[in-house]
Amino acid sequence: MKRKMETSELIFKIIAYVFLIIFAVICVYPFLYALGASFSSNEANTTGSVILLPMIGSDKNSLSIGGTITAYQYLFTGRGSAQFWISYSNTIFMTVIGTVWCLIYSVLGAYALSKKRLLGRHGWNFFLVFTMWFGAGVVATYNNYIDTAEIFATIAGQGGNPNSIDLKWVVVLAMGMNATNIILLRNAFEGVPSEIEEAARIDGATEMQVLTRVYLPMSRATIATVTLFFAISRWNGYFWAMKIMSGAYNQSYSWPVQVFVRDFISTYTSLVGEANEDAMISWNNLYDDGAGGVTISTYGVVYAMVVCSVVPILIVYPFIQKYFAKGVNMGGVKE
Amino acid sequence: MFKLKCDDFLTYDEATGTYSIAPDQQVRDEVEKKRWKDIGLTVLKDWRLYLMLVPMLLVYILWKYLPITELLAVFKDVGTNGGMLEDLSWSGFDNFGALIAGSGYYGTYYNTFWSTFRNTFIIAFYGLLFGFPFPIILALFFNEVRSNIARSIMQVCVYLPKFMSVVVITTLIISLFGGTGSNGILAKAIVGIFGSDSVIGQATQTGIVYSTRYFRGIFIISELWEHAGYDSIVFFAAVIAVSPTSYEAAQIDGAGKMAQMRYVVIPSILSTVVIMLIMKIGSLLSVSYEKVYLYVQGSGVTNRNGNYYIGATVSVWANGMTTNQPIGMAGEMITNLLGMILVIGSNAVSRKATDVSLY
Repeated sequence: MKRKMETSELIFKIIAYVFLIIFAVICVYPFLYALGASFSSNEANTTGSVILLPMIGSDKNSLSIGGTITAYQYLFTGRGSAQFWISYSNTIFMTVIGTVWCLIYSVLGAYALSKKRLLGRHGWNFFLVFTMWFGAGVVATYNNYIDTAEIFATIAGQGGNPNSIDLKWVVVLAMGMNATNIILLRNAFEGVPSEIEEAARIDGATEMQVLTRVYLPMSRATIATVTLFFAISRWNGYFWAMKIMSGAYNQSYSWPVQVFVRDFISTYTSLVGEANEDAMISWNNLYDDGAGGVTISTYGVVYAMVVCSVVPILIVYPFIQKYFAKGVNMGGVKE
Repeated sequence: MFKLKCDDFLTYDEATGTYSIAPDQQVRDEVEKKRWKDIGLTVLKDWRLYLMLVPMLLVYILWKYLPITELLAVFKDVGTNGGMLEDLSWSGFDNFGALIAGSGYYGTYYNTFWSTFRNTFIIAFYGLLFGFPFPIILALFFNEVRSNIARSIMQVCVYLPKFMSVVVITTLIISLFGGTGSNGILAKAIVGIFGSDSVIGQATQTGIVYSTRYFRGIFIISELWEHAGYDSIVFFAAVIAVSPTSYEAAQIDGAGKMAQMRYVVIPSILSTVVIMLIMKIGSLLSVSYEKVYLYVQGSGVTNRNGNYYIGATVSVWANGMTTNQPIGMAGEMITNLLGMILVIGSNAVSRKATDVSLY
């Protein structure tokens, strides 16, 4: 039986659709804009003529729709390209190793926490949850990371000098902690029926086998979600990598791509800070194509970088977003 | 559980042929000893389980709890630079006193604390005021979209900003607003709408993101843009969990759309709303320092017009303390303690009022 729609319902529906469509477009537009701008010429970018589609042309009044790949050419093969590729591989390294490391201790810890027979279970849970309530703050955390780097350097036999070790390892091992993820895992493990575990134990499974053969396969969705949470936060990680690698200890060979992008922007464009004519001029000199004449768009390169750092996420995004939705709903946190 | 045998406490006296009971204290000691032995045995038998806990504990102690101990430096002289054992010139609560009084030898640092503190509160408060209801509205609207494909496409779009790095987000927003020029698309639109002579038009031409007047607004809008879609997931799940029969019953009773919202949907999702509100209030003061840092770093927001650090939050302000770390730590400690009181307090209030609580 089809019910006739009331007027109030119809109006509500129309408002909902219009609102959602507008908001969805607003959410996606900046990324499409960056894509368009990365293929645009210098003139088009500096005059703000790009709206969505890439524009080319060297005169403000005669711009036309079209594409140029000079920005990408510069980024991949130009003078700054070595740093770009190093940063990119660093990011991949940090994402892969960092995610694996975080997963290992999170899964093991969450498994132990999910067991009722664990002594002092409430205490351990509080230990974890407390870190969500109170943090030491930026300054103390920074000092702690520097101390960590010094200790790592001592262990590596470098006399405690953080600059003589690869600070990537501090990022990989010491960062990316997330108590929420552990709680997600713990809740998932608690949801596994204990009969299955008992059956496995009767068959002689050890603790580790129970975890890997029973619990992990049965909470696959949560594991996937948590893995993706860790991986995304690793890929996007910026602040602490920047703090420890471009301050007192300058290690541009260990920079992740986010730090590189930001450094490039701060150094060579007027996107940040007061307009700086000198910086712009020196940028143009430094990064012309060497053949003379062609000016590569500063903005174009920035947008090309943005596109490059976003593309891996965009590629996996359609496949993973349903897990995220699931993961968030599983997070009905309880103590 | 552990067992105790009677003969542990009874001694047989052969001469008199009677039993005597051990003194109370001895019994208690024995019980205690057995208990510990029992716990020890349990742990020992289950050593694999406890071993599994160790890596996580280690990581959290080293990189979450040790930084908290570094906070002891707030009780040291201003000149010292962190490290508990490096410099032992304790100064008690001098740093806090001066920070709160807003005076002292290092005047500029003390004075700027309150403006950043106020700023943190303002950004957090307005962020909550606008940022909290918006995802709920989104979820209610998503519920109106009957086509699964259309809804999925829209959801994919609105979740997207959440997965981008702060560097990308801030770069895009700054460039859309034109950085220091008026060449960004949004800057052009603002100038077009309001005219280049208006206050906002003039601010746009010199860089609206860096103007003390509009920075907070832009920051809050950008936060809303980034998180609203993702935050709506939870509410959407709660909304679709409302059983269709409830709607039907309401319709039979003659409820229009608004009445259905008021009497069916809102009560059903209330517990979710309360939990999310607790979480939001709890993290109220942890305004993303990364993002604020990226916006204000190198820009005029931090010290324009004598309004020192108008754009910065406490963490960003503290981050700038390279030579007077104890002051920065003290400022952050005050903020973080307040944040903790907020989360525990809101949790307790909610438990009392609605029986819903997080911890």
